[in-house]
Amino acid sequence: MSAKVPDKLYRLTGDDVASVGKGLYVVNTGLWRYQRPVTDPDLCKRCSACYMYCPVGCKLELNTHYDTNLDWCKGCGICAEVCPANAITMYEEVGEE
Amino acid sequence: MGKIDVLNGNKAAAWGAKLARVSLLAAYPITPQTPLVEYLATFVAEGEIDADLVEVESEHTALSVLQGGVFAGARTFTGTSSQGLALMYEPYIRTSTMRLPIVMALVTREVISPQTVWGGQQDAVTVREAGWIQIWCESNQEVLDTVVQAYKIAENKGVLLPVNVCYDGFSLSHMAERVEIPEQEKVDSFLPKPDITHVKLDPDKPMSVDPLTAGPMLTEFRHKQVTAMKYAKEVIEEVRQEWSQLFGRDHGGMVDVYRMEDADIAIVCMGSPAGTARVAIDEMRELGIKVGMVRIRVLRPFPVEEMQALLSGVKAIGTIDRNVSFAAGYGTSYLELRTAFGGKRMPPMIDFIGGLGGSDVTLEQIKQAIVITQYVANGGEYRDVTWFGLDEVDVDQLFDLEDQADQEVKEGIV
Amino acid sequence: MKQIRFHGRGGQGAVMASELLCHALVHEGNYGQSIPAYGFERRGAPLEAFVKLDSKPIRERTQVYEPDGIIVLDSALIVQLPIFNGVKANGFAILNSRKKMTLDDVPENVETLATIDAVRIALEVFKAPITNTILLGAFAQATKLVSLQSLSECIEINFPKKIVEKNLVAVARGFNEVQVVTRSGQLQKAEG
Repeated sequence: MSAKVPDKLYRLTGDDVASVGKGLYVVNTGLWRYQRPVTDPDLCKRCSACYMYCPVGCKLELNTHYDTNLDWCKGCGICAEVCPANAITMYEEVGEE
Repeated sequence: MGKIDVLNGNKAAAWGAKLARVSLLAAYPITPQTPLVEYLATFVAEGEIDADLVEVESEHTALSVLQGGVFAGARTFTGTSSQGLALMYEPYIRTSTMRLPIVMALVTREVISPQTVWGGQQDAVTVREAGWIQIWCESNQEVLDTVVQAYKIAENKGVLLPVNVCYDGFSLSHMAERVEIPEQEKVDSFLPKPDITHVKLDPDKPMSVDPLTAGPMLTEFRHKQVTAMKYAKEVIEEVRQEWSQLFGRDHGGMVDVYRMEDADIAIVCMGSPAGTARVAIDEMRELGIKVGMVRIRVLRPFPVEEMQALLSGVKAIGTIDRNVSFAAGYGTSYLELRTAFGGKRMPPMIDFIGGLGGSDVTLEQIKQAIVITQYVANGGEYRDVTWFGLDEVDVDQLFDLEDQADQEVKEGIV
Repeated sequence: MKQIRFHGRGGQGAVMASELLCHALVHEGNYGQSIPAYGFERRGAPLEAFVKLDSKPIRERTQVYEPDGIIVLDSALIVQLPIFNGVKANGFAILNSRKKMTLDDVPENVETLATIDAVRIALEVFKAPITNTILLGAFAQATKLVSLQSLSECIEINFPKKIVEKNLVAVARGFNEVQVVTRSGQLQKAEG
């Protein structure tokens, strides 16, 4: 039986010999969200408490207030809980509107 | 007739231990074995098993606790996976050398690294040279039945070796299906109380267990282990016969054979993909490919004579592996088969590697493997190892399946 | 063989529902297989579970790629994920949705659409949004692949005693209150 060469050939030298550091497994925490934080810019004092406490680091500092990056927000509600100005309200997630 | 229930693989294993009337349990949770520990703990808490459950701080301790238990005459059970098995490795080898008939569920999973929690068979095949008997299951019914059978094999006075009951993580451990739970009295009649006499914790007759051992005595140790391994083959076959007479179920002995009577080509695999392979074989036979399957049920000891008898006559063999061997880039069953045939003439054989890191070995992939094996049987040349998910697999260009079916019909008429 | 895919979130009981359905099928003398698609089981994370059902033993040990239908426990997932991926022609969809949905809202291959406001019912029955058994009741009504009676019997056998009664109410309400529409045109209102 002849040994045919496999069609997948990898490089023999250089950094490509290993796959270390490649292929990050991304857990899309944005999909976990069934309630969405909504910040009232008028109430927000920009104290950054939400920014500090957010477990996935998805708070965005804007000139007027702190907002949320909904790609990663998992809807845990901690920001709404810690906001001293009660500027953040959690609403049921209904998708893009 | 036992009780019909729906059990996942872990619960089936826990039931097996319960029916075997184990008296000592110690296990440390690790994915995907974790539910097994929970089920065992529940059984003990609710008084359904009359056993001590020792809460341990590691797998190393879990197995060490069981070793002490066996010295005191207990029937013991534990389970682990992947990294837990790695941490257990040191007492793991001592268990087989001291000839302790411990039964352990090995819920197979990939080994780290790279970081993973998913199914694969790499953990179990990695320790196949540690002196344990390894029995591989295809269904949850087989998991339950095999745990009970394992004690009968392990405690046989001619064997006295620990047994791993291996079942694929997630594919079996977390999949729930119909399982018949045998009656306790029937299991009791099958499995007598343990009677371990070669090693005993007895103040009146002190013995030194596992002291520093020099070359000649160590050689004797190994030789006796190997002899017991060989003898285990007979015992496994006997236990199979007895089980099928008592319970009406036969999962095979050293191997499990499917539609090999008139097979031109054979698929060889191990563990959960065998179930899917049965479906693929039925479908491909409809298309005229005479294919059968030999499932490696016992990897250690390896079914050398059985494989030679079953496979010498086929035109080609395709092995499907959920693991890799670093010997030559093949999967383990490919490598083991080559070794089994030794220098003897054997049919052309090709290997397929898939189902790593929790990937499925899909029905489609097994059908492709069958078509490629048939192509090789017809004299075609194909790559030695196909990695599903990496290598491009295009079976349409090998030959037209419908053409093949027509051909069969024509030949039938002639 | 029929294949079903559950969509839910960690903590909503999708896996428990798939196992209960499996119990009910076996209870009826059939064969079932329940398979959780394992990721990281975190509360709130979307997860899938599969059920295969047949009148003969199921030997395949694979996940489900082309289901005959889907059961969706969480309404937000309907917009967040491509839940209809791979659904076979003449398929069914059992959706938990407060909004009224029509066949125009779902892909062509969905023949039978069943919708139910399971959260409202769950809040009334459990005082918590646990929708799994309600959706199973709806599934039984819409597809007739399993009977309400065997679902109820299996709840009694397998669930912890203190939650049996409420789940019996939930599964029956799911069965009775689901709205089923089929493409062949007729609007069937669930009968009492």
